[in-house]
Amino acid sequence: MNLPRTNALEAVLRPLGQLLLFVTGSSVAVSLVVIAAAYLLRGTRTDMDLVQITYVLLPQVLIDGITLGFVYATIALGYTMVYGVLEFINFAHGEIFMFGAFAGVEILIFMRLRGMLTDIGDITALAYVVLAVLTGMVVSGLLAVSVERVAYRPLRGSPRLIPLISAIGVSFFLQDTMRFLQSSINGDFYRSFPTFGPFTQRFTLFTVDLDGRALDVAIQYKAIIMIVVALMMLVGLNYLVNATKVGKAIRAVAQDQRTAGLMGINVNAIIAITFLVGGALGGAAGALFAFRFTRVDPFVGFLPGLKAFTAAVLGGIGNITGAMLGGIVLGLLESFAASYLSIFTRGAFGAEYKDIFAFAILIAILIFKPSGLLGQTVGQKA
Amino acid sequence: MSALLELREVHTYYGQIHALKGISLEVNQGEIVTLIGSNGAGKSTTLRTISGILHPRRGEVLLQGKPMTNIPPHKVVEAGIGHVPEGRGVFPRLTVLENLEMGAYLLRDKHEIARRMENVFTLFPRLRERVRQPGGTLSGGEQQMLAIGRALMQQPRIMLLDEPSMGLAPLLVEEIFNIIRRLNQEQGTTILLVEQNAQAALQVANRAYVLETGRISISGTADELLHDSRIIEAYLGL
Ligand SMILES: Nc1ncnc2c1ncn2[C@@H]1O[C@H](COP(=O)(O)OP(=O)(O)OP(=O)(O)O)[C@@H](O)[C@H]1O
Ligand SMILES: [Mg+2]
Repeated sequence: MNLPRTNALEAVLRPLGQLLLFVTGSSVAVSLVVIAAAYLLRGTRTDMDLVQITYVLLPQVLIDGITLGFVYATIALGYTMVYGVLEFINFAHGEIFMFGAFAGVEILIFMRLRGMLTDIGDITALAYVVLAVLTGMVVSGLLAVSVERVAYRPLRGSPRLIPLISAIGVSFFLQDTMRFLQSSINGDFYRSFPTFGPFTQRFTLFTVDLDGRALDVAIQYKAIIMIVVALMMLVGLNYLVNATKVGKAIRAVAQDQRTAGLMGINVNAIIAITFLVGGALGGAAGALFAFRFTRVDPFVGFLPGLKAFTAAVLGGIGNITGAMLGGIVLGLLESFAASYLSIFTRGAFGAEYKDIFAFAILIAILIFKPSGLLGQTVGQKA
Repeated sequence: MSALLELREVHTYYGQIHALKGISLEVNQGEIVTLIGSNGAGKSTTLRTISGILHPRRGEVLLQGKPMTNIPPHKVVEAGIGHVPEGRGVFPRLTVLENLEMGAYLLRDKHEIARRMENVFTLFPRLRERVRQPGGTLSGGEQQMLAIGRALMQQPRIMLLDEPSMGLAPLLVEEIFNIIRRLNQEQGTTILLVEQNAQAALQVANRAYVLETGRISISGTADELLHDSRIIEAYLGL
């Protein structure tokens, strides 16, 4: 019997292709905008060559933006999955991310106390980073499932605003829980990702000649690891949703909950799995975030959470491909704003204004294209 | 011997609205039983109560004498009740193939899934040509075939059909009723059929119940009802 099968290879290659397209597409677009701006504003500056500075900074800004973009995309998927299935925005997702960040840090601190982080080879170091990510995934995934069970499921069927308020309550509750835990156990409420391994070493991509000075364009091993790990998350999720039985059930529940039940699908179990998967992605992103920025505190989930939510809305909330696109666009914009804003405005607007971009985009999207760049909802094959 | 499916004095509410006011009915193994009635009589509510979407406030639903009350829909399916809901419930953004796979959700044996799918394609050759097409892009008639085919993937002991002829052209209505007859005769599927098209339903059914505002008003063999003056006046529109 030759029944058509869902092609597993296609389920992996397709999202990879899409991501490649999104990354190159938005990188080129944003780069062209700043290059054009540099030429336009060139005459206003006598103290430096704006065009040359722009070109020199560009590769590093792109790498930072793409790295950040992958992190946002990974978080955004958590919002989008839950929204797709329940039409509900899990505002506690930023805090679930924060727990993942702490979990990743804590396990490594635990290992450092036992001397396991000294004198280790590169491969072992890499394995430990992966271990931190996995720990973040497990902790955040289970946390998300518990939050759904305790704070959202009993409210299902009540007016939309009610679970939203509950989510905001959960958010504060999780922040304070972590603050309490950290300050009572460690005396302080922030922690740092242990330093080990060769991750801050740079891998030189190429060298540019700048007025006779050689300037290396380099990428940190850290960034490469982050991109690869996030990429595996994104592709893995696409595979799960598109090519597995559970994934099809998730899409069926997203499209028509009542009929899904008539298929023998345990709708509550599928909703719990959706939170598990979304939470695990958030936890992975949290651990990567800690790896990148080192310091974590109980409020570290707030801004990335809001930005990833913006990314999800930008791409079309409920749309898995859209969340990936939105995350990458947002990461690039933020990185570009952080580097070029102050150069172009003679320091009038510093890098600290970068966040305004994310929220200006959120407002613009809500006004002009509420369905987001790609529209559609989760039931859609990604 | 007890009936395959039995409802005993079932009362179902939507909040304060008392939709079913003590329904009792039976469906025996191998029968086609039809439930007819005008809009809002409670036909769909009856099916939803059987399949666990709604739970009765009083009364019982029994499958082969075993109480099915207060168990969730996915457990009811597991027990062998298939429900093709009103409006078909095709998953619009799953392909035809994926829709059928969802019908076999509880089944693990890949060969058995393939065998049942072959059976569905034999009954509905049009679905085979459209396996890769999203369910939402099928015509109304094709969606109805998909919905029935999907329920067949469950190989249920009894199939609940909610207005399968709704919104279809006369030729397709005839085709759907033919399929219902074939399912019953060739595959031995027991069927509880809800219809507004009383004429066609009574012609295919063995027995019938008439539902009026939440109560059974008339019941009997299909033949009796076809010649009952009250039925002729109210439902056969002669
Ligand atoms: N979700 C609901 N909330 C409140 N009342 C409902 C709901 N669904 C149905 N009802 C009411 O219950 C009664 C029975 O409805 P039901 O859908 O079972 O009728 P029906 O016989 O299937 O009608 P039709 O032939 O139009 O499909 C109606 O009065 C209807 O208004
Ligand atoms: Mg109805």
